[in-house]
Amino acid sequence: MSGVQSKTALAQGLDIDALRREQAGAGIDAETIAIEVEGLNLFYGSSQALKGIGLSIPQRKVTAFIGPSGCGKSTLLRCFNRMNDLIDGCRIEGQIRLHGKNIFDRDVDVAMLRRRVGMVFQKPNPFPKSIYENVAYGMRLAGMNRKRDLDDTVEWALKGAALWDEVKDRLEDSALGLSGGQQQRLVIARAIAIQPDVILLDEPCSALDPISTLKVEELINELKNRYTIVIVTHNMQQAARVSDYTAFMYMGDLVEYGNTDQLFTKPKQKQTEDYITGRYG
Amino acid sequence: MEQTQTPQMIAQQLVAGDTTTVRAYVKSGQPWIWLTAAAISVAFITTVALLGLTAARGLPHFWPADLLQARYEQPGAAPVPMLAEVRSSEEVTAARLLDAGLPVDPQRDLYERLLLKIGNRDIGGVDFRYVVSDWLVDRQTPADAVVLERIEWGNFHGFLDAVVVDGNSVAGSEAWSAYQQAQRRVDALRGDIRRIEKKQIGAINYELERLRLQARRLEIDGKTRESHPEAFAPLDRRRDEQGAKYEALRAELNALNRDIRRDSVRVRTVDGQQRTIALAQLVHGYRPNRMGVLDKTLHFFGKVWEFVSDEPREANTEGGIFPAIFGTVLMVMIMSIVVTPFGILAALYLREYAHQGAMTRAIRIAVNNLAGVPSIVFGMFGLGFFVYFLGGGIDRLFYPEAAPAPVFGTPGILWASLTLALLTLPVVIVATEEGLARIPRATREASLALGATKAETLWRVVLPMASPAMMTGLILAIARAAGEVAPLMLVGVVKLAPTLPIDGNFPFIHFERKFMHLGFHIYDVGFQSPNVEAARPLVYATSFLLVLVVVLLNVSAIMIRNRLRERYKALDH
Repeated sequence: MSGVQSKTALAQGLDIDALRREQAGAGIDAETIAIEVEGLNLFYGSSQALKGIGLSIPQRKVTAFIGPSGCGKSTLLRCFNRMNDLIDGCRIEGQIRLHGKNIFDRDVDVAMLRRRVGMVFQKPNPFPKSIYENVAYGMRLAGMNRKRDLDDTVEWALKGAALWDEVKDRLEDSALGLSGGQQQRLVIARAIAIQPDVILLDEPCSALDPISTLKVEELINELKNRYTIVIVTHNMQQAARVSDYTAFMYMGDLVEYGNTDQLFTKPKQKQTEDYITGRYG
Repeated sequence: MEQTQTPQMIAQQLVAGDTTTVRAYVKSGQPWIWLTAAAISVAFITTVALLGLTAARGLPHFWPADLLQARYEQPGAAPVPMLAEVRSSEEVTAARLLDAGLPVDPQRDLYERLLLKIGNRDIGGVDFRYVVSDWLVDRQTPADAVVLERIEWGNFHGFLDAVVVDGNSVAGSEAWSAYQQAQRRVDALRGDIRRIEKKQIGAINYELERLRLQARRLEIDGKTRESHPEAFAPLDRRRDEQGAKYEALRAELNALNRDIRRDSVRVRTVDGQQRTIALAQLVHGYRPNRMGVLDKTLHFFGKVWEFVSDEPREANTEGGIFPAIFGTVLMVMIMSIVVTPFGILAALYLREYAHQGAMTRAIRIAVNNLAGVPSIVFGMFGLGFFVYFLGGGIDRLFYPEAAPAPVFGTPGILWASLTLALLTLPVVIVATEEGLARIPRATREASLALGATKAETLWRVVLPMASPAMMTGLILAIARAAGEVAPLMLVGVVKLAPTLPIDGNFPFIHFERKFMHLGFHIYDVGFQSPNVEAARPLVYATSFLLVLVVVLLNVSAIMIRNRLRERYKALDH
């Protein structure tokens, strides 16, 4: 492992290997692991944004990444569906295994990976198409074109995203006419319409008002019965409310990872405690 | 040190201080508003003035002005009777008239000078004349004065004595109605003749030429009539068929030509010369001094319609400019069809696929500079590359039978359109690139995150959203291309094209044909015309029409863009 990390860890008086073992497991059984990250280093040009990250994300649970701005939590999230590939000068070392398969392997079809690992972004980003076409977009890409199949799936996805009752009479209207909260749920419907395994949520509520936020959080609770969910949030109450596991990141390091209740009530690291008690960040 | 302020003091500070000084005025932003408003006003006024001037100078040409009969008594010369339209009047200094050799009074400063259209070019040699207004005496507007528009020699001004219909002379008060009846008959016959000559005989000629080329092709392939009679037999048979058809039409045409030459009119000029004009020579006739405003208005619109729908006559100084309008619009359309996909593809590569490094920047600069290359240089390039190299190559490969006559190896509408496509390519590329750059990253990521490849994202999301920008590029390209003249003179525009690039003969669109263009027409009528005074209003009228065509093309493109914008208005939030 890189010397930089060891030095940081040593300065904090930590046993880095023991810490990594503990974090990587976080008390999760091997057979329920959906995503396994190992030794992940990410560089933007010459600056390192992620430093030796290792953690396991359990199936059908909500895992939250928290940390101050610029700590690398979004960057880590975007590694899971390889969205960082699009950024010039981004270089990745290490492995991320989705159900045992390293997603950085040469034979991985990135488009197929992204179909298995859906993503919802910070700002709602519906396409300038009708509500129906937004939800059907991913299915059309996958080659599904039969009207009846599309109709059924669109309805199912919109119901799944708790939006059906609000939009069922205006499916052909532009998605841009919806409110911000509705747009974000539409985007979630769009993501679940192609039935992924994992849904990545990148600060999904940061652009929403409190009521919309509440609705999306309820939705996340619903969704975790079917999907593995990873959520990045800068709102610690939200992490505490919706997640089963929480990872606290700081300056590209994974500082602490574990059961949400435990992490918020009895953090093992001083840094974590400082952050969740609001002493910095 | 902190000063304590009473509420009154704070309230006092809110009241504006000095409002009268220049400084306060500048600070208020008022001059800035005036400056920006002035700039847009200049632009707007220029547009209106441009349209207004061309319309005001061009359109009166179509108005049937009264015929003025008068005696022109130039001192020291015999009086000349005149029957003319007053085209314009201006104040001229006596000195200038003296220089022109006219016996004017040098003590007087200004004289009024009139430009008269006297017509009768076949008699007097000129149909326009400047006269000094003071010497034009005994003015009257005789009700019976007629203007006869002729196919050749311009207008005839005079009086109708009699109409000879099928050998019978009709004179007196019946003459005019007899003339009108005869004219309608001649118009119908002329329509028939035209249809046979242009459409049917034209089609036969076209077919005969194709058969000749097919036979020539066989000969080039080494076949002769002796060695391969079976190959030549069908060609000969079809040629004979066409020949027979031609003979039948020829006979019909002869009969029509005899018919149309049957009637004539006997006319008299204002100075008493008598003439007989065959009715076949007349396009139409009218008595302007008897026409009311309504009649004149109808006549005006009839003439305007003739102008936009007819073919030119008399070295482009009479008749209409339909082939030029048609050529302009068709050329712009072919250009649009070529430049749009090319420009979009180029912009897509530059913006989406190319690595954004020094090389890409250099290419982008080169593309932008291409827009600044003088258009005549593009014309040279078009001539050298498209016409001689590509066209010549096509001729050698596919049309050896036509040699030595070129088919594509000569300027034509396709090469002109391609040259203009090159000329306008940078505009489309730049506009499309800007459109692509404006698509939010979030929208692209949304598509990618749903498992779309980059190509799918471009095709399904980015391109539709960028389509208004592409239309903007196309609008600018159309505006530039429709007004371009210089390069066209090298690659396909001619003064007079005998056939349109689209007609009823297979393959219907003839890309190799030369064409007429409004811009070049303006140049030709304005500078190359033998009859300057007759041409002048036509130059304005054609300019007006060219601007209208450009505006129409633009408006239709803008309407398409607005519909696209309505559909993809994501960029606004």
